[in-house]
Amino acid sequence: MIMVDPGTLRADKVRLTVDLGPLELANPIVTASGCFGSGQEMHRFYDVSALGAVVVKSLTLEPRLGLPTPRMVETSSGMLNAIGLQNPGIDRWLAEDLPWLQAHGVPTIVSIAGKTIADYRHLAERLRGAEGVIAIEANISCPNVEDRNTVFACKEASTRDAIAQVTRACSVPVFAKLTPDVTDIAAIAAAAHAGGATGVSVINTLLGMAIDADTARPCLGAVTGGLSGPAIKPVALRAVHQIHQALPDLPIIGMGGVFTVTDVVEFLLAGASAVAIGTANFANPLAAFELLAELPRWMADHGYARVTELRGALQVPGGAPAGGTIT
Amino acid sequence: MCEILASRRIGAYHSLTFVAPELAERTEPGQFVSVAVGASGALLRRPFSVFAVSKHGPWAGTVEIVFDAVGNGTRWLAERTKHDVVDIVGPLGRPFPLPQKPVGCLLVGGGYGAAPLLYLAQRLQKNGTRTDMVVGAATSERVFNAIEAKRLSASVHFTTEDGSLGRHGVVTDVLDEVLENSGAEVIYACGPMPMLAAVARVARRRRVPCQVAVEEAMACGVGVCWTCVLPYRRKDGPANLRACVEGPVFNAARIAWDAIGQPLAAAPDDELTP
Repeated sequence: MIMVDPGTLRADKVRLTVDLGPLELANPIVTASGCFGSGQEMHRFYDVSALGAVVVKSLTLEPRLGLPTPRMVETSSGMLNAIGLQNPGIDRWLAEDLPWLQAHGVPTIVSIAGKTIADYRHLAERLRGAEGVIAIEANISCPNVEDRNTVFACKEASTRDAIAQVTRACSVPVFAKLTPDVTDIAAIAAAAHAGGATGVSVINTLLGMAIDADTARPCLGAVTGGLSGPAIKPVALRAVHQIHQALPDLPIIGMGGVFTVTDVVEFLLAGASAVAIGTANFANPLAAFELLAELPRWMADHGYARVTELRGALQVPGGAPAGGTIT
Repeated sequence: MCEILASRRIGAYHSLTFVAPELAERTEPGQFVSVAVGASGALLRRPFSVFAVSKHGPWAGTVEIVFDAVGNGTRWLAERTKHDVVDIVGPLGRPFPLPQKPVGCLLVGGGYGAAPLLYLAQRLQKNGTRTDMVVGAATSERVFNAIEAKRLSASVHFTTEDGSLGRHGVVTDVLDEVLENSGAEVIYACGPMPMLAAVARVARRRRVPCQVAVEEAMACGVGVCWTCVLPYRRKDGPANLRACVEGPVFNAARIAWDAIGQPLAAAPDDELTP
C-alpha cells in the first residue's frame, strides 16, 4: 500500500488556512459524509489528520442496518447509492470511533441525521462536550416522519426548526447539509441561517434511479438512490453560486463531483470556503490527499498566496444577475 | 501503478499478470485487488480476486487476475497489452482462513470463481493438505483452468449445465458424493451467490465448516462506501457486513442467505431514506 508523507505539503509557502465563521480549518479540503467511513479505513493509505476535517458518516440515535443490496450502481459519469444511513448509532460511535479520531488528531465534523425535529436535538445533546468534535453537520436531507416524510431541507420552516434544535443544544458551529432537489436553494440556506447555522454544506446527492432494460427491474434494491460523482458537479456549482450570491457572508462547504484540483478551485470561486471530496474517494483512496497536495501547487502557479483569495472570486462578464438566468 | 507482464485468454476468460513485487509478497488466497479502469469511461475501480502469485523469478514478483470481459471496464482491461501500466490498489479484504492442522479440504468453484481457489489449493498443498476440487460452470469453455485444477488436487470433479464436460448439472449435485469419497472436513467455495448459497446448505446439512468468498457490487473496495454489504448473523445480532473489509471471505453458516436483497425487518422506514 502506498503511504505518502504529509510533511511534503507543508514545504509550500501558500496559505491554506480557511475560516468558516468561528471554525478555522488548516486547509479547505474536507471529506463528504458517507464517503470516508469512520476515518480509520483510509488511514492505511495516508495520515487523514492532514485533511482540513473529516466529516464522518451520518449518525442516528439508534443503530441502523440500512437498505438491502444492490445498494450501488454506476451511471454515466456518476453513481447511485441507496445505503439507508447504515451506522452504529451515536452512542456506539462516541464510545468506539471518536476515541480513534481524537487519538490521531483528526479534526472531526459529525454528521447527524434524524427522523423528527426532536431527533436532531437529542443527537446534538449527545455530542455536547465531545472532544475532537469541531463542528456538527446536520444532514437534513432526510424524510421527516412527522410531516408525511417530506425531506426537512425541502421546506424553509422544517429546515429552520431542525437546525434551531441543533444550534440550541450544542456550542460548536453547525452546518446544514442541503439537498439540491428544491426550487430555491438560497431560500433554504437562508432558513438554515435563521435557525442559527454557522453555514451550509451543499450539495447532498440528487435523487435518481437506474433501470435494467433486460430485466425490467430497478438497478437499486431501494429503487431510487442518491446520484453523485462528476455528473452532478454543474448542479453543485450552481447551488453554491446561488447561495453565495444571496448570502455572501454565509460560509459554504461546497461539494458534488470534485475529482480534480480545478474542481476544487471552481467551488472556491463559486463561493465555497471549503470543499468536500466524496465519490472521488471511492475511485481513488488517495483522492483527498492528492488534491491537498495539488492545491498549493495550483495556487502557486496561478499567483494565489492565500486560498481565501479564491473564495467567491468568480468574474461574471457584464455582471449577469445571479441565479436569475432565463434559459 | 503496475506494468502488465502478460495478457492472455484462459478458456472463456481473460487473464492479466502484473509486475507487482509488494502485492505478490503480501497477497494471500481469497484477497482481491481493485483496478482503475477510468480510461474506459467508468468512474469506479473493478475488484478482482487474485488467481496466482509468484514471489520470485526474473520479475521479482507478479500477481495474476482472471475476469470475464462483460462490461465496459473489464472489456477495456482485456484490451490492455504487455507493458501497459495500470493503477492497482491492494491487497484488499480478508483471506481464506487456513486449517490449523492438515485436514482434507474440498474446494468448490463456479465459473471464474475457481481462480482464487487454485491459489488456495497451491497454498494448502504446500502445507501438506489433501485438496479435492469441484469445478462447475455453464459450459465447458467456462470451466476455469481444468488442467491446473487437476494438477493441484487429489481429485477433480467437473459439472456443466449443458453437459459438455463432466457431470451434467451443478456443483451441488456431486458435493455429497465427493465429500464422502474424499473425506474432506472443510469446504472452501467461490462463485456466483446462488451457487454459494446452495453449497452453504449442503455444508450445513452435513455439518462441515464452510468458508465462502463472495462477489458483491462495490464502489470503493476499501470499506468507506458501505455498498457491498452482506446480511450476517453476528453473535450480538444481525449485521450488514462489508464484503470488501470484513469479507470477501465469510463463514457460510453465519451469512443470512435468505435475507440477501431483502428489506430488513429491523428498520421498517429505511426504504424512505436515500
